[in-house]
Amino acid sequence: MYDIKHESKGLVSHGVSACAGCGLELIMRNVLDVLGEDTIIIIPPGCSALFSGFGNETALKIPGFQGNLENTAACAAGVRAALNAKGNKDTTVLAFAGDGATVDIGIQALSGVLERRDKVLYVCYDNEAYMNTGIQGSSSTPYFASTTTTPAGKPTGRKDLVQIAIAHDIPYAATASIHNLSDLRKKVKKAKDTDGPSLLHIHTPCPTGWRYDPGKSIELAKAAVQTGCWILYEYENGKTTINYKPAELKPVEQYIQPQGRYKGLTGEQRQELQEHVTKTYEKYIKKLENIG
Amino acid sequence: MPFKMLDGNAAAVEAMKLAKVQVVSAYPITPQSSIAEKLSELVASGELKAEYIRVESEHTAMSAATTAQLAGVRAATATASQGLALMHEVLGMTAGNRVPIVMPVVNRGLAAPWTLWCEHGDAMSERDMGWMQFYCQNVQEVLDLTLMAYRVAEDENVLTPAMVCLDGFFLSHSMQKIDVPDQELVDAFIPPYKPKNLYLDTKDPMFICDLTGPNEYTEMRYQQKIAMDNAFDVIEKAQKEFSERFGRELDIVEGYRTDDAEVVLVALGSMCGTAKYVVNKLREQGKKVGLLKITVFRPFPVKQIREVLKGKKVVGVYDRSAGLGGQGGPVWCEVSASIKDLECDIRHYVGGLGGRDVTAEHIEQIFNELMEIYAGERKYHTQWIDVKENAMEIRQVIKNV
Repeated sequence: MYDIKHESKGLVSHGVSACAGCGLELIMRNVLDVLGEDTIIIIPPGCSALFSGFGNETALKIPGFQGNLENTAACAAGVRAALNAKGNKDTTVLAFAGDGATVDIGIQALSGVLERRDKVLYVCYDNEAYMNTGIQGSSSTPYFASTTTTPAGKPTGRKDLVQIAIAHDIPYAATASIHNLSDLRKKVKKAKDTDGPSLLHIHTPCPTGWRYDPGKSIELAKAAVQTGCWILYEYENGKTTINYKPAELKPVEQYIQPQGRYKGLTGEQRQELQEHVTKTYEKYIKKLENIG
Repeated sequence: MPFKMLDGNAAAVEAMKLAKVQVVSAYPITPQSSIAEKLSELVASGELKAEYIRVESEHTAMSAATTAQLAGVRAATATASQGLALMHEVLGMTAGNRVPIVMPVVNRGLAAPWTLWCEHGDAMSERDMGWMQFYCQNVQEVLDLTLMAYRVAEDENVLTPAMVCLDGFFLSHSMQKIDVPDQELVDAFIPPYKPKNLYLDTKDPMFICDLTGPNEYTEMRYQQKIAMDNAFDVIEKAQKEFSERFGRELDIVEGYRTDDAEVVLVALGSMCGTAKYVVNKLREQGKKVGLLKITVFRPFPVKQIREVLKGKKVVGVYDRSAGLGGQGGPVWCEVSASIKDLECDIRHYVGGLGGRDVTAEHIEQIFNELMEIYAGERKYHTQWIDVKENAMEIRQVIKNV
């Protein structure tokens, strides 16, 4: 049993070593608050490992295991199978990984969990690059964003995690964002109550990696949705619901202007990015409406 | 006790079934063994009450088995060659988190070039990952050593995973008559699984495997080293109990006609059967030869090896893996180091790679060389056994040179 050094509200200790303005911390606190203490978490060695702890201290009051970067889903499947073998269908098995550990190196194991219909709740917090290792580009890094491995801006768009999940015909998949926590919490609850695999893809700005004022995380998360750079929707037993559709998209410039990772873009590239976002957004909404 | 005709794969499955594993995660990489499908058949028929995770890779197989066992059940998987190599990263997680999984490893060579057949290169590549390694001479030993492995791995003073290594095809696909113990006998030998030290339980939460600084990492490794040291006593006690319950002897090492032997050959695995045959044949000719069979390779049994090799002037070691770039193969290196203060001429032999048969003739050739060295009639030995004369011409493509 843990020796609790500081009582905290909820299942995450007060004061963790996440960066100032980190959206991941909000996600962790809210997800665990909804799931409750009958939860076992699997965390890979990424930013979320800050919650695993260091040495003999951890930031979490629930049991957890830090696996390898690519096997978060696999480790979750193992825990699920053991609980099933013991007749325990109630405990939530939570896989909690970033974009790199999910859409790049972890996609194979994740696909396995989704295909086998293992009852695992998979949360991918997406800060759009490998932030913990030094801001390297991932396949979730958006078009033109600069990272340490895409210094001139990423020449391609992002991989679409939720559509990949949906292609496995899982019962529940949704996107979410840290600027709308009530929507996020509602989706966590639905995922928890899903009899089978569920996936939440949560967008979270990263002040360290995106290079902006840490006070603006929520503002930027909201701007991503308002400019069409991030779409809030859910897929529930074959039915798609777009949770928020702005009457008119705001200019992408409002979203990218405060971010250092887009600082190097020329006027022409900014125009091209605007066209890319508008085109992708419209195509995507049309697709979602067709599935729905 | 009923006798059954089983191949090595089936014997491994029989042992895992007798140990009542509750979660199975296995993947059929190329080259694979029939262990995964045999286990899935048992789960499907209800003969084995277990959850079967049909995983998408060996990496996942080991990951899922590790966390399943941390969540409180005995978990099973099996692999061979490339699959074991793919598991490499996770093997360290299993061992470092002290998860006592027992895994049959069907020993086969690694690509390149592609091979499907027997050698020890796959398991030897993982020898320092913190797993125990037991090498089987025959199919009966596959069953017996697997049962033993559960008992030893799960002991609270060991808590270390174990590979039960069986030679590809020579054991994995060879049918032999096997004494399969009754379930009640095995139940008394291997009690129901109880997680010790580290476990995932929402009623007693702990976080496992977070980042550990340089101030403690060394100590965590040291704990594993001590666990390996502890294993010898536990193995000896378990072997004694095994022989009382099942009527068969298992040894950490076996000296076969070594007491008065002038030269001794050291070997692992199925070739030990062939080597014993050759020892008997040469003994009939009055040649004083003996075999040292190593069953437990990890932890490496220095004390037991020294007892057998004490006073021997000439020893040969047969490595069924190439040990590329080393002074000799890994078994030779270990045996040499264990008798470094004894006056002994210890020669290394490499052979039996990628399915090449280790024949009685090869072993006889080695014994004869060792006898000549013993008699002072020979200086050099044949380091690689059974290599074709045109070795350097095989598939040499001369382009742009």
